[in-house]
Amino acid sequence: MDEAIRERIQSALKGVEAQYIEVHVEEAASSHLRYRGRELEEVGRSSGLGGNVRALAGGGWGFVNFNDLTELPAKVRQAVSQARLVGGERIDLAEVAPVVDHVPPVLGQDPASVALADKKRLFDEYVNLMMGVNGVQNASLGYSDGRRRMLYANTEGSYIEQERVDVNLRMGAQARQGADVQQFAVSLGSLGDYGLVQGLHETARETAEKAVALLAAPKVAGGEYTVVLDPVLAGVFIHEAFGHLSEADHIYAEPRLQELMKPGRRFGGEHLNVKDGATVPRPTLRGSYLYDDEGVAGQETDLIRDGVLVGRLHSRETAAKLGERPTGNARALNYRFAPIVRMTNTFIVPGQASPDELIAGVKDGLYVKSWYGGMTSMEMFTFSAGEAYRIRDGRIAELCRPVMLSGNVFSTLHNIDAIASDLEMNEGGGCGKAGQSPLPVSNGSPHIRIQNCLIGGA
Amino acid sequence: MATLRANAEAVVDAVLARAMRSAQEAEVLYVASESAPLHWEANAIKGADASDAAGVAVRLIKDGRVGFSSTSNLDDLDGLVAAALETAPFGAEARFHFPGPQALPEVPVHDPATAGVSLDEMASLGQGIVDAVRARFPEAQVEGGVSRSSSRMVLRNSAGGGVSYQRSRFGVGFGGTVIRGEDMLFTHESDSSVHPKVDTERITASICRQLEWARQTAPIATKVMPVLLLESAVASVLLGPLLAGLNGKAVYQGTSPLAGRLGERVADPRFSLTDDATIPWRSSARPADDEGVASRRLPLIEAGAIAGFYYDLQTAGLAGAQSTGSGERGLSSLPGPSTSVLVVGDGDTPLEAMIAGMDEGLIVESLLGAGQSNILGGDFNANVLLGYKVEGGQVVGRVKNAMISGNAYEALSALRAVGSDGRWQGGGLYTPSIALERVSVSAQGKA
Repeated sequence: MDEAIRERIQSALKGVEAQYIEVHVEEAASSHLRYRGRELEEVGRSSGLGGNVRALAGGGWGFVNFNDLTELPAKVRQAVSQARLVGGERIDLAEVAPVVDHVPPVLGQDPASVALADKKRLFDEYVNLMMGVNGVQNASLGYSDGRRRMLYANTEGSYIEQERVDVNLRMGAQARQGADVQQFAVSLGSLGDYGLVQGLHETARETAEKAVALLAAPKVAGGEYTVVLDPVLAGVFIHEAFGHLSEADHIYAEPRLQELMKPGRRFGGEHLNVKDGATVPRPTLRGSYLYDDEGVAGQETDLIRDGVLVGRLHSRETAAKLGERPTGNARALNYRFAPIVRMTNTFIVPGQASPDELIAGVKDGLYVKSWYGGMTSMEMFTFSAGEAYRIRDGRIAELCRPVMLSGNVFSTLHNIDAIASDLEMNEGGGCGKAGQSPLPVSNGSPHIRIQNCLIGGA
Repeated sequence: MATLRANAEAVVDAVLARAMRSAQEAEVLYVASESAPLHWEANAIKGADASDAAGVAVRLIKDGRVGFSSTSNLDDLDGLVAAALETAPFGAEARFHFPGPQALPEVPVHDPATAGVSLDEMASLGQGIVDAVRARFPEAQVEGGVSRSSSRMVLRNSAGGGVSYQRSRFGVGFGGTVIRGEDMLFTHESDSSVHPKVDTERITASICRQLEWARQTAPIATKVMPVLLLESAVASVLLGPLLAGLNGKAVYQGTSPLAGRLGERVADPRFSLTDDATIPWRSSARPADDEGVASRRLPLIEAGAIAGFYYDLQTAGLAGAQSTGSGERGLSSLPGPSTSVLVVGDGDTPLEAMIAGMDEGLIVESLLGAGQSNILGGDFNANVLLGYKVEGGQVVGRVKNAMISGNAYEALSALRAVGSDGRWQGGGLYTPSIALERVSVSAQGKA
């Protein structure tokens, strides 16, 4: 992208009457590989070019996306006329200073610098290791990397070019005994570093061994348990249990929810601190960026401090509506979508205890690790563990079948009675909201312990 | 691009010719779509979107291996073919040939009237639903959307086969949210059609029925009990695991619990499931699949027994089977086996009778987290997002902080009743409600 596009955008915006207009243009290229068993089942490359215009006029939003950039002036007029058709009460946007910037990608080992043949050789090794484990029926591996160049301009004078490189890897194994099929998988991601997917031979073997071991594992009966969560699952937990409810677009138009989510309300014990931010705990995580898709700088936002709700995540619109300052959390999956309020890197701040102390304090409970997924409906949420172990008399005992856990935002956070000191961030998978999935985010936590956690049974 | 779009066939032919300079076989897919969704927030229309998208994908076979690439940049068709050729040496060994010309069934999925609906008409249709729900439940906050879209696909291959058709879709989905104290209630109903008309009264009535049944909260204890799955729960609890097991790829790889069991009974004889892409005017129907293989009616479960698995070309080639016309793909990936229009056979028990017949049980409207466990093994495990307790044959209120878990295959073998209340869930699924005999319910606290 170049000066020609910048000029084309500026001329398309010139003389158009609207409260606010923004333009995104994006160029993307990606490649992917997928294995089933020892075979590379699919290898492919994709490229894309497209853009969108979002306009605020007459109290409504208009949004149009397209592939043909030569149509930009017509698309600007269409977005504005659609906004006027919607109409409604005036919508304000929180003030931010215009920004002009060019942001190069965060890069470790650039995946584009690695030949396809070398990637294949590495992944062949992983799938061969998985398939070589006795009792494994099948293995799967999916890898993708992609580079996106994103250009953002608005009628307030901002003009930002940003580039990012994403790397994703998922490895799984399935084991079968008659009609009983068990599986285990790991999911990893990185902002711009192919190095992350290298040297995972031990992980591949363990993945397969865990799938096989599950065949002999007993089921857990449903009910309430004391659970200790590893950092990966605890990260998924805080993302689902509280992160989504912190997204102000859920509450800004609903007075009763604002009442429930009032700053100052206690959600957990004094030891509970939760943060989200594109710059923390490191600016090089999958949820990290310098500017969001409204051109607002990414930052650090305290959501819960000493157990009390102190902040939430905003777009410019939700910040203005609630009279708070924008937090740089308006994000779009790609140019096909308008930015909406999303998380970035969300985590529970480490406490003092050691993970062993958490487990030692449990007479009968479960140690739950790694993840299948998580969902929320705001009040109630689920998160599923990839591994579960019984805890008996303060020690980790037998492996059990994976379990699904469920909670309620108004009680489960209060039931966290211990937080360890070993923060780890998980960058695998992605987040889905309003049809925009998977958005790169990270989440994390130290080990935590929850009393009276509802388990669905295996 | 407007010119290119008018000449989609010419673009496809040009890419095909370019690919055939280096490949032994090739196939080009062109997809273009236009859509216009309106959305509502807090009882009022909030935004109007428009999407205009087009892209091309090429799949080719060179030296026996499959190469693939796709792009939405129609100015770079040389790069598209070069990228596919570059991947081919690493690709899977081709276990199929592209199909030649074949007789395709007539499957109408396009109504030109859909594209002609004005945004104003869509706005008043949506606002009508919002106002109707609010008239009965003034405390509800309603949000949702109305959209129309049309798409065109052109598929051609070097064997002279292919398919080209247009599809239209009109979709309406709304939900009412009620917050009382710390209690949040979310309801939802949707419908879609090829034609620009949906039954808005049914949508309104369904949202209101959900709000009505959930007015009171009812206690529930951790216990095994009968569970009645309403239509959308049938899909997530039973069909998710079953379709993972019937997928020809999982069968071929031996990871399906159904592998090697064709003809075996795996469900109650009252249960049947068919995939039928030839049903006219269903929005996910099609004359041929995304590889140009003719659509057909494909029985999957007949009277409780496995009647067939579903395959795309490559999987069928590996498994020594025939493609069942079940190849489905997005623009940016290779085809894989998938179903199109699913029909679960009706039973003979009216919904009211299924409820009246439960002494103590649970009705499940929607679930949270279904599918995020070992569904390949048949497991279901989820939070009851919206469900109702039944006592003495009566709905007594909404159940909260409860989960259901079990195995879909075990559940299907112990059916209590199959409803006579079958209906279309949008364009791709017809199902009645289904009552299961014994399901584990886990609940928080003491009932």
